Amino acid sequence: MTERQNTTEGPILPLSLHGVGLFRDGKRVLKDIDCRFETRTEDAPGKTFIVGPNGAGKSLLLKICHGLAPPDEGRVIWSGQGAKDPDTVKKRQAMVFQRPVLLRRSTQANIDFALALRGVPRSERSDRVQAFLKQTGLSRLAKTPARALSFGEQQRLALARALAVEPELLYLDEPTASLDPASAHMVEDLVEQAVTRGTRVIMSSHDLAQTQRMADDVIFMHRGRIKERATVLDFFNAPRNDLARDFLDGKLLWWRRRSIYGSEGEPCG
Amino acid sequence: MDTFLDAFAAAFALIFAGDAALLQILSLSLQVSLSAVGIAVLVGMPLGGLIAMRAFPGRQVLIVTFNALMGLPPVVVGLAVYLLLSRSGPFGVFGLLYTPTAMIIAQVILVAPIIISLTRQTLDALWREYSETLSSLAASPAQSLVAILWDARFSLVTAVLAGLGRAIAEVGAVMIVGGNIDNITRVMTTAIALEASKGDLALALGLGLILLLVSVLLNLFGHGMTRFVANETVQ
Repeated sequence: MTERQNTTEGPILPLSLHGVGLFRDGKRVLKDIDCRFETRTEDAPGKTFIVGPNGAGKSLLLKICHGLAPPDEGRVIWSGQGAKDPDTVKKRQAMVFQRPVLLRRSTQANIDFALALRGVPRSERSDRVQAFLKQTGLSRLAKTPARALSFGEQQRLALARALAVEPELLYLDEPTASLDPASAHMVEDLVEQAVTRGTRVIMSSHDLAQTQRMADDVIFMHRGRIKERATVLDFFNAPRNDLARDFLDGKLLWWRRRSIYGSEGEPCG
Repeated sequence: MDTFLDAFAAAFALIFAGDAALLQILSLSLQVSLSAVGIAVLVGMPLGGLIAMRAFPGRQVLIVTFNALMGLPPVVVGLAVYLLLSRSGPFGVFGLLYTPTAMIIAQVILVAPIIISLTRQTLDALWREYSETLSSLAASPAQSLVAILWDARFSLVTAVLAGLGRAIAEVGAVMIVGGNIDNITRVMTTAIALEASKGDLALALGLGLILLLVSVLLNLFGHGMTRFVANETVQ
């Protein structure tokens, strides 16, 4: 603990995955994942989007990066200056899940809890909670039980809880998948603001329009592998991978994959 | 039928007379059982939570064991504690036999499995739901345990009430380790057993009615608390 002072300085990024593989229930769900996420700078990308058909392994890749699922093969390496202490690495990241899991407490208590876990002193917490409630438009619901919020409000609260800890790296797992256009737009705005403040975002999405609009670079996954990684312009204008091209054309269907892969063509994960 | 009427009459008479002996017995009953439940909660809830949160070899065996122990016969527990606390037993030097402390020890053993098992079951489901989120929020195992216990408090009231019901209603254990000594270790259930064996069935039943009333009041209190808590959480 005495070295904390030194080890917390500097970013925890870059993050690199080397030959990462994962099995679930005896089935391979991720294979040969190699990728690297750089520190956020002026020219380095701030928003990496992971796209691909259902079951491609997008969520699992996010969870591996976040440390929620230890890989069965390969290594996950944090090489930033601040990454010497595993506890610091953990506390500099945040994630918003596809289905928000909120504590059975009030809206404001949910954010307060996250701040308390990061060791934010009580005196600072209240102001920060209010600020993020305001930012996410939840101020009037501060004392409402989180479970009584609408789905869109719950997702915003989950995002507020993640943003309030001011993470260096934020994972978003299809955060707008079941939101109406207005709520989705609000979530997108909040993500953009966080990026402006210096947060590095890795987000999975099914929404190609959203990806084209927001992403700096794109990772295309298919059946547990990364098939292509390119800047957003290159990916949408000239995808190198056949499957990526089919995916963008809306042609990457289940029967098509079956015809390519023969009997192994069932969707995985 | 007369006995039932006499029982009600006896119960009313005792309550309205504010019978000093009755109050003493009743307060010892509450003291012993509430202490036992308090200790069982302090030990059993974290333990139940740990079993819910952790995967370890023998977990299933442990779960089945605690479930089975919920049905421990009080007389057997009383005998075991008696043997441990008696002069010739390993803890005989403490001279605890025939004291309220011995009764509390016996009741803790009876109540703890109920608290452990019900807590474990309640938290199993909650942990499955929360574990990824708590891990993402960088909560330590201890912080996670506190968080799920706190968020399950609504359901855990039921576990406490079940434990309290068991403690306040059992007679076998407190009879053996307490000895039903007037003014020292006599509680409601042992008093009822005594009056019944003396043949004063109306008084015995009257005491039973009072015990039932106390039990209902405790449950009302528990229910009220749950309602109060439910107002600020939505399950």
